[in-house]
Amino acid sequence: MLGSRFKLTLEIAKVHLLSKPKQTIIAMLGVTFGIAMFIALVGLMTGLNDFTEEITMTSSPDIHIYKDVTSPRKTILQQTNPGSLSWVHHQKPKNELTKVRNAYRIMELIRKNEMVRGVAPALSSQVFYNYGPAQLNGSILGVDILEEDKLFGLKSKMKEGRIEELLATREGIIMGQGLAKKLDVKKGNRIVITTPEGHTMTLKIVGIFQMGIGVVDNVRCYANIGTVQTILQQDPSYVTDINIKLNDRHLAKKYAAELEAKYNTKAEDWETANATFLTGVIIRNIITYAVSVTLLIVAGFGIYNILNMTIYNKMKDIAILKAMGFAGGDVRSIFMIQSLIIGLIGAVAGLAIGYILSVLISKAPFNGGDIISLDHFPVNFDPKFYMIGVVFGVITTAVAGYMPSRKASGIDPIEILRGQ
Amino acid sequence: MEVLATRNISKYFYEPEKFQVLKDITLTINRGEFLSLVGKSGCGKSTLMYVLSTMDTDYEGELEIAGQKLTGKNQDTLSAFRNEHIGFVFQFHYLLPEFTVLQNVMIPAMKRNQFSHEEIEYKAMERLKTLGVEQHAHKPSNKLSGGQQQRVAIARALINDPDIIMCDEPTGNLDSYNTHLVFDIFKQLTHEYKQTIIAVTHDDEFASKTDRIVQMSDGRIVQ
Repeated sequence: MLGSRFKLTLEIAKVHLLSKPKQTIIAMLGVTFGIAMFIALVGLMTGLNDFTEEITMTSSPDIHIYKDVTSPRKTILQQTNPGSLSWVHHQKPKNELTKVRNAYRIMELIRKNEMVRGVAPALSSQVFYNYGPAQLNGSILGVDILEEDKLFGLKSKMKEGRIEELLATREGIIMGQGLAKKLDVKKGNRIVITTPEGHTMTLKIVGIFQMGIGVVDNVRCYANIGTVQTILQQDPSYVTDINIKLNDRHLAKKYAAELEAKYNTKAEDWETANATFLTGVIIRNIITYAVSVTLLIVAGFGIYNILNMTIYNKMKDIAILKAMGFAGGDVRSIFMIQSLIIGLIGAVAGLAIGYILSVLISKAPFNGGDIISLDHFPVNFDPKFYMIGVVFGVITTAVAGYMPSRKASGIDPIEILRGQ
Repeated sequence: MEVLATRNISKYFYEPEKFQVLKDITLTINRGEFLSLVGKSGCGKSTLMYVLSTMDTDYEGELEIAGQKLTGKNQDTLSAFRNEHIGFVFQFHYLLPEFTVLQNVMIPAMKRNQFSHEEIEYKAMERLKTLGVEQHAHKPSNKLSGGQQQRVAIARALINDPDIIMCDEPTGNLDSYNTHLVFDIFKQLTHEYKQTIIAVTHDDEFASKTDRIVQMSDGRIVQ
């Protein structure tokens, strides 16, 4: 019973739409354009976000433990006069080593936690790379290369050489591609480095890596941790950083706070370390949604206008339908169905066009320059956004169609049918 | 047997100022009656018909059609009631221009949803035959002449076998040939099929040939 009644309203709605094809198509195009832009924009924006997140996340630890020499400490005045009100301006850090105390013991304990996917020690130092008479500023990172690979997938980042060669060559280094280019060196070349303390050492390049981020590739070298300890003339327990990767990186913030309290050292989680990057992601998302919603609202106004016009032209039809026994709700559904059909077909067409646009964008060549290694735009084809697109489109048209439809349902037939 | 009865129906207009258009109208109409409602312009005859049609619910008094009391019923109930019990013919045909003649006639029956599509189509063709426009059944409704369109509108009013057909100036827009044709159809319907018809008209010639004339003046039935 209900089904066939719906069929009649659907039939009338269909006839209305087909009798003014141009108008119907224009209304649909509004929605199509909005959704297509949404899909293309969201695909590009989230694609870029995911890409940068991917490279930032793979190259940075979830939690980074280090000794923060700039962290506030009690002044001598406070120590000698506890409880007194005192204020010391411009307190300088103490001259102390940036060493993490008991690093290997801490790592052992952390490794036992089941949230942890991997822990690796690192020893980082500023160095100068001697290039003829010039000196290039950079950093050297002493690592356990196999542990480092487990955390950051170094193997896949190697452009030349293999990471195992570092194990075989005590005085070897793996150099960032950008740095190698600047120094004009290749695998197998030797290079002289100088530490800030003035020690120099000659190292052999056993490999070249590329992380894809300029700030890493242009300055960093990996070496065995023992080598760096030797360069810095420190003992074998000297470790400046502990890097941790978790199974679920969203637990990092909580776990970092725990570690900080437990080991009395600085533990920084990835969210804090990459705050600017995350802000960028949020802003890009806001822009994407704002633009898409604006486009859809414009499309909504288009539908609102066209339905209003249709209803104005169909006053007589509405009046006679009501006289013949169509209830207000029936009339409302006739026009709601029209706007939903416009919305649905427009949205589906929008998805198709959005998909085509996304494919075209993903094929467009794009030079990321030195900052990120990118030759094509990364585009996200997540079906989730296509779902959001349809739902968005249908909701917009439903809202836009509701007011004119309600107006149609409220038309008083007598005013129109009374001749004169 | 009475098919429509009113008791003390009064109605006011509030714009531009309060004004009583209908004053204590008590009227009984019997089955098969061909009744014309006449009176000067502004006497309230159309207003009365729209109250009787159940479309206007803003009145005092009581209205009963086919034994059902309709005063105080909600709009949806009244819509369904109109669909089953009342057919309408207006001065203009009000056919839906995008639909064919046959579809126009079928719409009220499809709305009623009592019979299958085939049965409705058969019945609609029968009505079109009665009115002599069956050869135009599959044409778009706006391709017909004014007289033909009005006959299609009458066929549409008949499709659900209503208890009453209500007409507001049914011949007001027709030439004399078609006026006679429509009148004869009404006459035939009332006499052969015992169809009740109420027609508001200012055409005295048309009214004079109906079974019963109700004359109104200043919101009262005077005769």
